[in-house]
Amino acid sequence: MILDAREISVRYRPNGPLALRGVNCQVRASELVAVAGPNGSGKTTLLRALSGLLPVEGGVVLVDGRPIQQWPRRLLAQTVGVVGQQEEAVFPLTVGETVMLGRYAYLGPLGVPGPRDRTAVQEALERCDILTLADRPIDTLSGGEWKRVRVARALAQEPRALVLDEPTASLDVRHEMELFELVGQLVQDGLACLVITHHLNLAARFANRIILLERGAVRAEGTPGAVLDRLTVSGVFEWPVAVTTWLDGSPQFIPLRAGENPSVP
Amino acid sequence: MNAARVGLLTLMVVACIALGLSAGSVRLPLSDVWIGLWQGKGAAAAIVREVRAPRVVLAFLVGGSLAVCGAALQAMIRNPLAEPYLLGLSSGAGLGAVLAIASRAANPWAIPLAAFIGALAAVALVYRLSLVSGRRLDPHVLLLSGVVVGAFAGALMSAVMVLSDAPGVRNAFLWLLGGFGSASWRSLAVFTAYAVLPLGILLFHARSLDLIALGDEPAHHLGAEVDRIRRVVYLCTALLTAASVATCGIVGFVGLVVPHAVRTRFRPLHRSLLPLVFVAGGCFLVLADVVSRTAVRPLELPVGVITALIGVPIFALLLRRTLAP
Repeated sequence: MILDAREISVRYRPNGPLALRGVNCQVRASELVAVAGPNGSGKTTLLRALSGLLPVEGGVVLVDGRPIQQWPRRLLAQTVGVVGQQEEAVFPLTVGETVMLGRYAYLGPLGVPGPRDRTAVQEALERCDILTLADRPIDTLSGGEWKRVRVARALAQEPRALVLDEPTASLDVRHEMELFELVGQLVQDGLACLVITHHLNLAARFANRIILLERGAVRAEGTPGAVLDRLTVSGVFEWPVAVTTWLDGSPQFIPLRAGENPSVP
Repeated sequence: MNAARVGLLTLMVVACIALGLSAGSVRLPLSDVWIGLWQGKGAAAAIVREVRAPRVVLAFLVGGSLAVCGAALQAMIRNPLAEPYLLGLSSGAGLGAVLAIASRAANPWAIPLAAFIGALAAVALVYRLSLVSGRRLDPHVLLLSGVVVGAFAGALMSAVMVLSDAPGVRNAFLWLLGGFGSASWRSLAVFTAYAVLPLGILLFHARSLDLIALGDEPAHHLGAEVDRIRRVVYLCTALLTAASVATCGIVGFVGLVVPHAVRTRFRPLHRSLLPLVFVAGGCFLVLADVVSRTAVRPLELPVGVITALIGVPIFALLLRRTLAP
């Protein structure tokens, strides 16, 4: 088990409301786990707790079996890569330089990259299909390219687990699919992957397991087929949906318009 | 950085220093400067060796240090408008120094320490004021707090200068306007002693500055100890600013103008940005000092006036750009 959150509870302010209540979340190697849920259900809070940004009030976050607070920062960055929801460059570097920042946790005191670091960056650029962009300044990239650069930077960390927060937000269909296909490939190659997403339909097709959050607690967890039934989804998202089954057997959802009847497809 | 670029930079530095040694209330031709530097006899030699050489070297080092402070602070608060003067560090340091003089601690080695305490107090106050809703640091609020704290420290400084009857306080008024008129080999030694360590530490943290400039969360995920790096940058910039203010008064906008000029030409990582900014900042302040000495000859303008005249329009330009949607 690479990422293992056990019964964690999190509060942003002392005496404030609980943002997470007794949440369990486990990710193994070669496994893609999707976290879904309505806005404000605690998805990003879970990411923050899993990456050591937020201290947990109850429960424990284990990384590779060891409590996360005991990890030195650099060692943690060599084990877990995180791609946050948004990032804005104030002083733009080139794509190659940006991905090289992923090697920070490996560099010596003088911060000079060696051959090992250059190879890792090269591989990460190839993996994400952005090798040709290496010399481009990042403020000239499209939204999809910028997402890929940040995934490449996380891959340059050579992590064993990758955590992505809404990686496909504001991407068009092609870039969205390309990103999920990339993540699927990485998982096949042995990476443990946690993806926070609003895309139930994509999660159902790519994820091995889905964790459905509702108001800071786990509402359901399991394989997409087991978790994503019509009543659960319409209950959690407070909107009626119809469900069909795609060729690969994954459940796919269609949100209903007012007055539509879910039993008549 | 390639050899041609290093050569060009060296040439630029040599030209600035030569100009700094030759210009002034008495204009010395370069040949006299050269002879004066190597043969210690005559009036030209006395002017070059005892007056202008320490002045030019001090201006270069102070300019470089202030520019490096600006670049480091800009990376940390992710805003190109940050610099020691606008963030209130300079005024805090000035207040510390004036209090030291008013309490008759005339030792030139003690004044930078008092200025350091003043700068740290100012930065702590600015930081505290700009924590919006608990923990989030808004760069624009930070700048606003910096200006307000700077104004407050400036008011206290004026009060101390008017009320104190300690010798030297009257001179503090002129000194605070910023200038190298009283530069000597001793003030150069004091400044260098205080500046070497923080400059080295900031250079050593160049990679960390690259990460911090991405924002706290990405920096954390990439393995940076964000809080520790923040403390290091605050301490080093406070110490550098304090050493500058204690030796040559409040010189604003160097930390704003120079990194901006360097960034319009290059998009460097801090490993090359910091040395570039240091050299460019040094040249900038040497040239500004030349202007201050020659513009209204035989009088001298405070060099802070020159840097402000150049800095304010650039500030306005950057402000428009950063606030534009």
